[in-house]
Amino acid sequence: MGETIFVDLTAWLRGLMGGLGVPDLYNEIILMVVKMTAVILFVALNAIWLVYMERKLCAYIQSRVGPRHHGPLGLLQPIFDVVKLMTKEIILSKNVDLVVFLLAPILIVVPPIVAYGLLPFGKGMVAIDMNIGLFFLVAVTSLSTIIFWMAGWASNNKYSLLGGMRVVAQMVSYELPLVLAMLGVVMITGTMNLSGIVEAQNGIWFIFTQPIAFLVFFIAGIAETNRPPFDLVEGESEIISGPYTEYGGMGFAMFYGLAEFANLLVISSMCVVLFLGGWLAPFGWDFIPSWVWFFLKLYLVIFLFMWVRWTYPRIRVDQLMTFGWKVLVPLTLANIFITGTGIYIYRAIGW
Amino acid sequence: MKTQTYTLNLGPQHPSTHGVFRIILELDGETVVKATPVPGYLHRGIEKLAEARTYTQVIPYTDRMDYMAAMLMNWGYVAAVEKLMGVEVPERAEYVRVIVGELSRIASHMIAVGAMGGDIGAITAFTYTFRDREYVLDLLEMVSGSRMTFSYFRVGGVAEDLPEEFFPAVRKFLAELPGMCDEYDGLVTGNEIFQARTKFVGVIPPEVGINYSLSGPTLRGSGVNYDLRKVRPYGVYDRFDFEVPLGQNGDCFDRFWIRIEEMRQSGRIIQQALEQLPEGPIQAKVPKVIKPPVGDAYVEIESSKGAYGAYLISDGSPKPYRVHFRRPSFINLGYLGKLCEGWKIADVIAILGSIDIVLGEVDC
Repeated sequence: MGETIFVDLTAWLRGLMGGLGVPDLYNEIILMVVKMTAVILFVALNAIWLVYMERKLCAYIQSRVGPRHHGPLGLLQPIFDVVKLMTKEIILSKNVDLVVFLLAPILIVVPPIVAYGLLPFGKGMVAIDMNIGLFFLVAVTSLSTIIFWMAGWASNNKYSLLGGMRVVAQMVSYELPLVLAMLGVVMITGTMNLSGIVEAQNGIWFIFTQPIAFLVFFIAGIAETNRPPFDLVEGESEIISGPYTEYGGMGFAMFYGLAEFANLLVISSMCVVLFLGGWLAPFGWDFIPSWVWFFLKLYLVIFLFMWVRWTYPRIRVDQLMTFGWKVLVPLTLANIFITGTGIYIYRAIGW
Repeated sequence: MKTQTYTLNLGPQHPSTHGVFRIILELDGETVVKATPVPGYLHRGIEKLAEARTYTQVIPYTDRMDYMAAMLMNWGYVAAVEKLMGVEVPERAEYVRVIVGELSRIASHMIAVGAMGGDIGAITAFTYTFRDREYVLDLLEMVSGSRMTFSYFRVGGVAEDLPEEFFPAVRKFLAELPGMCDEYDGLVTGNEIFQARTKFVGVIPPEVGINYSLSGPTLRGSGVNYDLRKVRPYGVYDRFDFEVPLGQNGDCFDRFWIRIEEMRQSGRIIQQALEQLPEGPIQAKVPKVIKPPVGDAYVEIESSKGAYGAYLISDGSPKPYRVHFRRPSFINLGYLGKLCEGWKIADVIAILGSIDIVLGEVDC
């Protein structure tokens, strides 16, 4: 059905340009540009949709209704938000570090979009198929740390500085459980190529063979995206907005809208690819195209993230570190140990 | 390596200071070295204004002090005038006072519970308690015509009798109240993260609590059994059978948990008051112009925040010579500076939330 719609589209474009006499090299370059634009568009459109979904979901959880004024069911709310934020003044306080202050919101969306180029949306639908895909993903998502820190430092505001320090502590200490959880998956598949990982889940999804890793990855994912219960960076009731306090207008929109939801998308997609079988259909229900499955699973995981967000209170900074280093890291190490011995035994038995 | 402490202003404009309250924190990293509370941003001069009003005209001012539990604020002041004049309040009025007072207490505790949950990060708890508080406000609107500043009490009784539609509505509310408290328990009290944030945080030892004149849930959290409704019963409180929840550790969690339990107990009191409600007048025979004899009187009642007292000095004229209110939130804040030392910023918020202040009362 629509299974191969994107692959066919690419092939058609390739054929079209080949027919027009474009040399192969330029052919590839133009296709790469098209793929990148598609990825950027995907992330941007999803981020806008997620703004609406988050507000509606949080409203219903809190026994309210949420946006309902603009458009049917309030669907045009994000557009009104974007327009409003674009027309707001970006206030530059005295003594801000101008270059860093203005660069931070621009740079914050770069790591998630780069990461999105590697994710397999469906069968054969990867923008860039790298052999060390997972490794590259981890490296790129760590870049966000320094950009948050830049924002906190440049604002010349004690609250922001506090938030910036907290963000470094938090994101660095939760990188480790995140990576170690992924290590369990890599040990089973033997490859870091994301399409390879998805295909290796043909028989059984990794959430069943690596439940601890999934749980740890989920929790560390919440910490990486600075969402509650780990949102002490943007503490709201404590340090107002942490590093983003001084930003207005479009800077604010970049942090709160694009960056937060783009990061959420990346972590959820990694969850889906690593543990929930990527674009593979459960029970072999092939009649729904693979990219639709990816989409459905992605939104299921996002729903889980949002549900957790609006239920739990915030954790304190030293408790966060204790939890990360003394609970999650030993858990993941134990998981690796069990996985290793499990693999050895399976090979010895000859499964 | 040399480190330096820095000053952070938990300023009057802050989402979690329950109003316009300022704490100047001296921090070493994230740990508080010194905390200086600065109240006074909501000072409106109520005590001074009261000197230029007649005794009945002061009653609306008392509403604006602890606007979360305004009925109880009315009660303390009016009881002081009655003591000064020697007026005996009729039985039915006393029971009506208990009913609306306890409803006000439930409303106030709902805010305390929700706001503390919201400060710690469980914003959903905040909206749940506000949703449930609407029921109480509807009931009180039926009785007094207003949702927040009731001015329902009068010297010698209450302004109007309870309307007919009040009774089925309050019974319905009382039937749902245990379910509401269970919901808060399920969402917040039993939550691991919430307990990690509040257990053994901001511990007030019982002797220190007594020395600093703390009262209300702040003192009972440390295990001191001092509830004015039991220790020095006023009105008809000695006719009701209810328990006083006590904390064990004197930490933020105990102060939070006590308020939920007190809501349940208030429900019991209202139930009994409805059953025992006698017929009769709702206001004693008081002269139109209230001119108490020369003298002074001090009456303390158990408000939702603690022991609330009103001290009146009369010089025989229709206007009071001096009115002074013993505001529990203000007295409870006396220990805040020392209590916050050694804790992190996040704990300061939790501690402030657990003391449960209302700025209208702190600044008067």
